[in-house]
Amino acid sequence: MKNPLDSLQSTVVLGFVLTVVLILLIHAIA
Amino acid sequence: MEFVSLPWWTMAFRWLHVISGIMWIGHLWYFNFVQTPSMPKIPDEQKPAITKFIAPTALFWFRWGAMATIVTGLILAGMNGYLSSAIKLGIGDHNPHNTAIGFGMWLGTIMWFNVWFLIWPNQKKVLGIVPAQPDEKKRAGRIAGLASRTNTMLSIPMLYAMVGAGHYY
Repeated sequence: MKNPLDSLQSTVVLGFVLTVVLILLIHAIA
Repeated sequence: MEFVSLPWWTMAFRWLHVISGIMWIGHLWYFNFVQTPSMPKIPDEQKPAITKFIAPTALFWFRWGAMATIVTGLILAGMNGYLSSAIKLGIGDHNPHNTAIGFGMWLGTIMWFNVWFLIWPNQKKVLGIVPAQPDEKKRAGRIAGLASRTNTMLSIPMLYAMVGAGHYY
């Protein structure tokens, strides 16, 4: 399987997906 | 003499932290959005302009920008009194600000580690600053490249946490 980090576009998309995860985590913890 | 007060110094360290952060992330994005995608399109005889001159200078400001960012950031968190709560992600404190800034600090720390312990040592081999066999150079390029892409990915939630802690949480 290709590493998604080999593509700049996938890297940026993953960054935004991780941001959504982060928002949920902040709300869950705080 | 308002400028000798703690709030003024806290603001000054925040300003230095942002300046250093722009120096760091600006270069990170230059590498990922401009330099790396352009390399295959540059004729071989022109590539040394990047590898011998531009990349080493960009890497200098990149890694020292990272160092200045973490140092000013830790001082700032200490001055603001939330360093230990943020390190624990604000768990148990019911303080959304400390949870948000804590995530930002941890993401930034992982990125700082990647710069100094993965990207820079491997880039030194790729650029010929330290000697390496062709196989070793190829492997070093792969590790440095993936660490750099990882940091580009992490920079997006890291900035959400940093800006969110300052202006929302």
